[in-house]
Amino acid sequence: MTRRMNGADAILRSLEAEGVDTVFGIPGGAVLPTYDAFARGTTVRHVLARHEQGAGHMAEGYARASGRTGVAVATSGPGATNLVTPIADAWMDSTPLVCITGQVRSHLIGTDAFQECDITGITIPVVKHSWLVQDVDQIPHVLKSAFHVARTGRCGPVLVDIPRDIQEAELDFEYPDSVDLPGWKPPQKGHPRQIARAAQALAAAERPVLYVGGGTLNADACDELRMLAELGRFPVVTTLMGKSAFPETHELHFGWPGMHGPKWSNWAMNKCDLLVAVGARFDDRVTGKLAAFAPGATVIHLDVDSAEISKLRQADIPVVGPLKQVLSDLRDELRALHGTGHIPRTEPWLRQLAAWREEFPLRYRSGGDTLKPQLVVETLQELTADRDDVVWTTGVGQHQMWAMQYLLCDQPRSFITSGGLGTMGYGVPAAIGAKAARPDATVVCVDGDGCFQMTGQELATSVLEGLPIVVVIVNNGYLGMVRQWQDMFFDERQSQIHLTKNVPDYAKLAEAYGGVGLTVDNEDDLEGVLQEALTCGRTAVVDARVDAAEQCFPMIPAGAAALDLVEFEDGVDEQEKVAAA
Amino acid sequence: MRISSMFARRGFNIESLSVGVTERHDVSRITMRVDCEQHPLEQIEKQMHKLVNVLRVSELEPGEAVERELALMKVTATPARRGELIALSQAFNARVADLGTDSIVFEIVGHPEEIDSFEELVRPHGLKELVRTGRIGIGRSATNAAKPRRQHVLT
Repeated sequence: MTRRMNGADAILRSLEAEGVDTVFGIPGGAVLPTYDAFARGTTVRHVLARHEQGAGHMAEGYARASGRTGVAVATSGPGATNLVTPIADAWMDSTPLVCITGQVRSHLIGTDAFQECDITGITIPVVKHSWLVQDVDQIPHVLKSAFHVARTGRCGPVLVDIPRDIQEAELDFEYPDSVDLPGWKPPQKGHPRQIARAAQALAAAERPVLYVGGGTLNADACDELRMLAELGRFPVVTTLMGKSAFPETHELHFGWPGMHGPKWSNWAMNKCDLLVAVGARFDDRVTGKLAAFAPGATVIHLDVDSAEISKLRQADIPVVGPLKQVLSDLRDELRALHGTGHIPRTEPWLRQLAAWREEFPLRYRSGGDTLKPQLVVETLQELTADRDDVVWTTGVGQHQMWAMQYLLCDQPRSFITSGGLGTMGYGVPAAIGAKAARPDATVVCVDGDGCFQMTGQELATSVLEGLPIVVVIVNNGYLGMVRQWQDMFFDERQSQIHLTKNVPDYAKLAEAYGGVGLTVDNEDDLEGVLQEALTCGRTAVVDARVDAAEQCFPMIPAGAAALDLVEFEDGVDEQEKVAAA
Repeated sequence: MRISSMFARRGFNIESLSVGVTERHDVSRITMRVDCEQHPLEQIEKQMHKLVNVLRVSELEPGEAVERELALMKVTATPARRGELIALSQAFNARVADLGTDSIVFEIVGHPEEIDSFEELVRPHGLKELVRTGRIGIGRSATNAAKPRRQHVLT
């Protein structure tokens, strides 16, 4: 059954057919026909952002919180180029994203027309695929393909660029039930023989570690992961992207690997005899010096993207397939091996890891007159420890690493951060997107003052769209992580990092946007202020003015090995606080 | 463009690339020579596979494929030297594509190494311009095993 309509209506009917309930965007000249279609009626909610970068990160936050595909809409030229950062971010973190951009009229393409920009060309390195729609009849098929490509195999961003005249032209609309893309055939099933080999290696291992990345969340394979870990009594470490894929209060969870991971997590990776990478990609922030990473380990690599296998670390037993099925089959194989009389032999190893955790806890210097940034995050954790309806987002920098270290996430998709691209300013818009996806959740953005100033204007979106979020600015007045590197690796020569704590006055700024603004600069008031923000039900900003001198430890310097980890050192023993995570 | 961009951003080296139509009007075929010194061919192939408009990637093993390249060479040739150059070209099955008062344009089709040899021989005469297409290849019929090396639908 076909219906006659114009291209703009066809775009919206396609989004409706895909089950899209919310899109994030900003109108402009080249998408006017599509926005007119919004005005004429649709079931799709449009959230009006204040900057296209914000719209893109909102769509990412929506996707990461929900598991559905995020959609961002922008006009041609600057609207489209403002989406490039979120697209690159989604590319690095494998976030399913469909970006729809308007383009100048077909006959103007290539003439340097007003607001013309070759956005399909610009984004080629950071999209799974892109389409420049040249015929109105292609719209349904292209959008069906776009959602299919974004969501299947390894998730990621796609771009659909639609000239204005194509949005205005008419077609007989019929949305296809399926697409057949001869060049896009993601793996459907892991090879049984490889899975059997992996199970045997797991059964034989004495010191295994499951190294879990964001692919596990994208594959919706968290239950399968937990059942496998529990069956074999395997310890689990989760990467920054994998955080929340495995319950972090679980006895088998042993922290987070990498540059700012705790010593026990990195030692677990370093000393293991079997490393099982589950939807993880051996990123340099995890491995440090590759040649010294998990030097004695046999590597099992489970991933839906075959190009990740042996890209950086040679995989002894690769399994390419969707992780939900692969992990489930792996558990079945392992159970069959157990049935023949095998008992897990990992208990001594688990005791060793627990002993390291006791011996080398996360520490920082507490007491004194200043508010410690770590305490802000720890207090947030304490205030929400018994809740399963909190979703965290972060910016990028020191506060992000403290959030990784001190927040314990038990629910899948409850920690949303920019891992691969490291996009400052990700936190606020991602939180708004997460709130749109999960209106009943309390969404808290742990942000830095530098990050907040990159996308803070989206507070307007939060207030006006009825998407209240809590932003806790860990305000040290500096680009803190840059300062830490300058202090540690550039002989303390501080260069262009001082932002100041009081310009702007973040609480006043929040109020100016119609939100709640709170400021705290001491330990005594901290809990009360945070509690107020968490429970007020409105868009709230907490300006937590913290000790600027605090550095994020432990730290493995870039390119160094896990055993070269730099630890927190405290000369003042009586003031030392031991804070085991 | 998607392929060359992927090669550039991943630091894969292309030694030659040629693209053209195939027996199917909607499919074009790219033949590439790639440097596998720094990056294993397997990784390069897998990254190409991820591109949505790449239909098939296959390796043409030396010896199992017919490889050809076309070159055009403009060589300085005074009337006195013409005879010598043309005799030389006949040994390589090169054709005279154009003849002027002071130069000859040769057209040569062959295995890339033959073209290299011919180029070396004419260079002392004064090689004014050289254009090469980059090699193309096709699996030999007898083995029936070799597949097209690169297939790519242009959008």
